[in-house]
Amino acid sequence: MTNDSTTAAASESHAVKGARSASAGRAPGPSGLANGGGIAGAAGELLLSLRGISKRFGPVTALDHVDLDIPAGQVTALVGDNGAGKSTLIKTISGIWQPDEGELFWSGEPVHVRTPREAADLGIATVYQDLALCDNLDIVQNMFLGRETAHYALLDETSMELSAKDTLSGLSVTSVRSIRQPVGSLSGGQRQAVAVARAVMWQAKLAIMDEPTAALGVAQTTMVLDVIRKLAAGGIAVIVISHNLNDVFEVADRLAVLHLGRLVASGPASEFDTQSTVEIMTTGAASSRGRAAVADAPEGKG
Amino acid sequence: MAVDEPGSGASVMVTAGGEVSELAVTTGPLDQRDAEALEHDLLAPPADAGLLTYVSAWIARVRSGDSGVLPVLVGLVVIVILFQTQSSVFLSAGNLANLLEQGAPFVMLGMAEVFVLLLGEIDLSIGYSGAVGAAVTVILAYPPINFGWALAIAAGLATTAGIGFLQGQLITRLRLPSFVVTLAGLLFWEGFLIWLINNQSPSNGGSIRILDPVLHNIIYGTISPAVGWIAMAVGVAIFGVLTARRDQRRRASGLIAPPIGFTLLKVAGMAAAGIVLVVVCNINRGVHGGFAIRGVPWVVPIVLGFVVAWTFLLNRTRFGRYIYAIGGNSEAARRAGINVRRIRLQAFTLAGLTAAAGMIIYASRLGSMSSDVDGGQIVLYAVAAAVIGGASLFGGRGKMVHALLGGIVIATIYNGMGLLDFSAAVQYMVTALVLLAAVTVDALSRRGRVA
Repeated sequence: MTNDSTTAAASESHAVKGARSASAGRAPGPSGLANGGGIAGAAGELLLSLRGISKRFGPVTALDHVDLDIPAGQVTALVGDNGAGKSTLIKTISGIWQPDEGELFWSGEPVHVRTPREAADLGIATVYQDLALCDNLDIVQNMFLGRETAHYALLDETSMELSAKDTLSGLSVTSVRSIRQPVGSLSGGQRQAVAVARAVMWQAKLAIMDEPTAALGVAQTTMVLDVIRKLAAGGIAVIVISHNLNDVFEVADRLAVLHLGRLVASGPASEFDTQSTVEIMTTGAASSRGRAAVADAPEGKG
Repeated sequence: MAVDEPGSGASVMVTAGGEVSELAVTTGPLDQRDAEALEHDLLAPPADAGLLTYVSAWIARVRSGDSGVLPVLVGLVVIVILFQTQSSVFLSAGNLANLLEQGAPFVMLGMAEVFVLLLGEIDLSIGYSGAVGAAVTVILAYPPINFGWALAIAAGLATTAGIGFLQGQLITRLRLPSFVVTLAGLLFWEGFLIWLINNQSPSNGGSIRILDPVLHNIIYGTISPAVGWIAMAVGVAIFGVLTARRDQRRRASGLIAPPIGFTLLKVAGMAAAGIVLVVVCNINRGVHGGFAIRGVPWVVPIVLGFVVAWTFLLNRTRFGRYIYAIGGNSEAARRAGINVRRIRLQAFTLAGLTAAAGMIIYASRLGSMSSDVDGGQIVLYAVAAAVIGGASLFGGRGKMVHALLGGIVIATIYNGMGLLDFSAAVQYMVTALVLLAAVTVDALSRRGRVA
């Protein structure tokens, strides 16, 4: 946890299984989601691997042979300047776009994710920046939207409320007045927490979050970061996109830096610091201080 | 976050440690809202879920803009008092029964409008498309066709439901604005109605009488006083038992249920309203020397049946849930895997069906179906009824009971000003002001909600 990032970096290669389980001791407290804890893999086990993923939009190369490993039970932060390809990357993972080249491996098996529905079936849950909540519906109704439990034709409100409650308390989201209040009356952090809870309550193994702390206040941000740590502690792999390096360093186990569509650096968060990360983000290359981390990147592979 | 520029803080490295963030959770500066929320933690075991908690949650709901039926109830009481002080006839049994009969079409068309208003859409055509359906019913029940009333009503309902389906296809498939499509519908179905009636009975001066006794009795038939009492008691009892059972189930599952006192209060309120209704309707309202007329008009249980059925549909089924979801955030609904197009289509179809029922009631009251029914004015009253009752024009908020109460308000204004011999000019202007007031309440409460 210092600026000294020259040690031990080389050992952190991409496909290392059971890489340094940075998160193991970091989020004590209740581990696991009420109904998701047993499903996800052990911390550090490799869940998703990207190999040589490329995506072009006409003449623009949005992703250029990206290799990335996402271990279970860890928070991987995806950082990069505007236009670096972060959104394209998560949309490729969550089935909105198809890669032009490259392969995805899910728990070691090659997979094709053609639609968001297929991604959801694999266990990939994506929380976009706009959260996609219905303000006029209450928390339970939002969490079960499109997947309501029904007894014959009638909605089974009791069982839905019970499992929504379980999921929320599994994430330690207890600061809501009532689980039956409309989502429109919640604070920004609470809304984010509801969106996250909704995404992961369906046996998610990988949770992708796009700018989860943008536009949140200090206390709200703390709460959301805490929720993210709870997810990882429950064995879920988490990918977080963020512009805010403070948040990134607070929550991430691993960092992956994109620059103009290429993955220029990745590794344990402890091998990065703000200074070097900013340099890599803006120039795509490392200064003396960030070199070790960059050496870890798959440059020249593609 | 205070620090948004990447790299502007050198101290961030320490925050990667879990202890620091744990610390921040417990001692970090919580903003006002969170601090308040923690105090009222309702996810905790429901030991403190007393009447007081419930009332405070209700106050919070009202303050957040979800005022429910309170404003319209208060408004209704004010209007009733106003008219009664001006005309002693107003609260007489005969006039109140008359008022219910007047209000029934407004309530029905208001409920039709609620289906589409909830989606954030509007249907301007249901006055005339409903009239076309009613005309089909009346024609089929009239010589020489002489279908039975049941078949005639089914055909009428199906006609307008089909019109709603057709317009819904244009709206959902071609993505035309519902306002324009149904405005065209308003004109088209007016023309079609005139053609249909004149074509059917060229010699009757553009009107076809209702001869079928069942169709006639929708408005003019009454339930015998004893049956009225029994039906009311059974209805209230079923409501009470269902509510108590649901509360019981929630308590058994460890969820928060309304306190028993609150539920009793609600059931008692319903019973009181039912008793007043039956007592008033059972008073002989026949004119002196004429036939005795007593008992609840058939139209009352018919309309209430629709209110209950549609409320059930909106609150307890996936279809209803999706209507609210689409009205709240259609993009979110789409991403949740809801077939938005199909739900919208079904809503327009159901609106058509409900409108046809409303216009059949209207025809029963007129005793005939004529080609100069003012479907344009009726549909505006219907929208007004829904909005005055508390449904939002912006989508996502509203209930069937809003159309019920709003329709009664409109009928009350209409009826009261008629009693006081106000001119049509004044009646229109007053109704307009009431509508404007209701929309203002809606817009202001919405602003309060977002803020």
